Amino acid sequence: MGSDLNRLTITEARERLRRREISARELTRDCLERIAAVEPRLNAFITVSAAEAIAQAEDADRRLAQGGAPDLCGIPLGIKDIYCTRGVRTTCASKILDNFVPPFDATVIERLRAAGAVFVGKANLDEFAMGSSTENSAYGPTRNPHDLERVAGGSSGGSAAAVAAGECLASLGTDTGGSIRLPASFCGVVGIKPTYSRVSRYGVIAYASSLDQVGPFARTVRDAATVLHAVAGADLRDSTCSARPVPDYERALTGEVRGMHIGVPKEYFVEGMDAAVEAAVHASLQRLEAMGARTVEISLPHTGYAVAAYYLIATAEASANLARYDGVRYGLRAGADNNIELYNRTRAQGFGAEVKRRIMLGTFALSAGYYDAYYLKAQKVRTLIRRDFERAFEQCDLIAAPVAPTTAFRLGEKTDDPLKMYLSDIFTISVNLAGLPGMSVPCGADALGMPIGLQLIGPPFGEEAILRAGDAWERSGGFAQPAPRL
Amino acid sequence: MAREKISLEQVRHVARLARLELAPAEEQRLQAEMSEMLGYVDKLNELDTGGVKPTAQVGEAGTPMREDEVTNPAAADAMLANAPAREGFFFKVPKIIE
Repeated sequence: MGSDLNRLTITEARERLRRREISARELTRDCLERIAAVEPRLNAFITVSAAEAIAQAEDADRRLAQGGAPDLCGIPLGIKDIYCTRGVRTTCASKILDNFVPPFDATVIERLRAAGAVFVGKANLDEFAMGSSTENSAYGPTRNPHDLERVAGGSSGGSAAAVAAGECLASLGTDTGGSIRLPASFCGVVGIKPTYSRVSRYGVIAYASSLDQVGPFARTVRDAATVLHAVAGADLRDSTCSARPVPDYERALTGEVRGMHIGVPKEYFVEGMDAAVEAAVHASLQRLEAMGARTVEISLPHTGYAVAAYYLIATAEASANLARYDGVRYGLRAGADNNIELYNRTRAQGFGAEVKRRIMLGTFALSAGYYDAYYLKAQKVRTLIRRDFERAFEQCDLIAAPVAPTTAFRLGEKTDDPLKMYLSDIFTISVNLAGLPGMSVPCGADALGMPIGLQLIGPPFGEEAILRAGDAWERSGGFAQPAPRL
Repeated sequence: MAREKISLEQVRHVARLARLELAPAEEQRLQAEMSEMLGYVDKLNELDTGGVKPTAQVGEAGTPMREDEVTNPAAADAMLANAPAREGFFFKVPKIIE
């Protein structure tokens, strides 16, 4: 095989690129070779953009030769197929957008292009980001690199698996109810969902607009911080995007957790959790205490209501956001004699079962006579959940918890019962409802070697605290995530 | 299995609102699935939310404003490039029923 440059971290690669020890072209070539070797088994990408990637790498080499190139110059990235990429097919893993080629770039894509990053392909996801396993993709599921009979998690399964398998050095995903943190946990990589409004959503195909957030996957916390820094910050084209200055996240990585108060929510350690998950999380907390942090038990009393509130709010917002897919201006168009048939048939043919389920539930929750009982009620519960976190952060600097009750389950294991699948999100969903930053960092593995993630949750715009704790944990030799045998 | 929380007629009404043509088997399945979900979300009624304000947004408060200036370039061809059917600068569609 080649030189395995695809196994480098961003931190390592950028140093070697700057010193011209390696070229961007050979780094991209190694990633593309790895993609060719594993994709038939993994299915992490819907579209591989090899020619574009090589062209971008050659541009990057020219910039690197001049010196002073940005941090991500020449770094190969995977991009969840939910980001509009000009001239490159963007499907959202749906038949309804099978042939859609965006005429514009999402803001974060523009920023990454300007930084000289290389895009190796569009990563697989659950259709319209609706799912926890990437089994809802119209292009087949993405398999877990650590065990091909198991799921990669979702909805950003392709983005997580691609990083874990060495197909790229980092990737972008999105997280609405856990869709970065869960696949990060299942695949043994770092994944961050920033504070809501930290990163622009312009050009990110919308699922639930008050919950969606852009975030990176990477093999180390430092790498993830680098990508986050490159994409975060004000954007006039997203009216919800915060103008707050973006800190230099790498500066926060002091390796020091002495004096940090880490809240441990008692409601997150419930029956039905894998013993291995519980043990790994507890062991991580003990280690953090040994490093000088203090843990304190906190309570998030409305935890048990989060999944219910989410599946009313998110589906309601989704029903509005997905109304645009009507066969008129882009995407699939069904044969029809009039406009109503056009909409009804296009959507019937183009949307998968899970998407239809959520549109139906959301439409019902917003409909006349039911709006108050369902949608409005859920929004009030959202206030209670948010308050739980506000109170908790009076007692601690960040919160530590599991990401999921289990490690990666088998393909097909949860597809027969939607509610069973929805409950995979039980530890991640509250964080989206409250708009807080959350990160998954590998902290252990079960008896079969399947990865377990530790979730670190911060107060609003508390990315530095969770990055610092995660990085310190990682550097202390907390848990060395083995590469998959793939 | 789940107590019927939603009737077939309601399912059909929602499908009309959502502009989704459903096959009979799909209608049945959705009725069962929606009943299960609606049964589950009923637990929200355990909570007294009297006097609690709903949260619609978790970002920073306020609506940013800007001048109403055209900043996009004219790009009709790019915008029409994905059209399933076009004629000149129009998206061509089947007739609109009254």
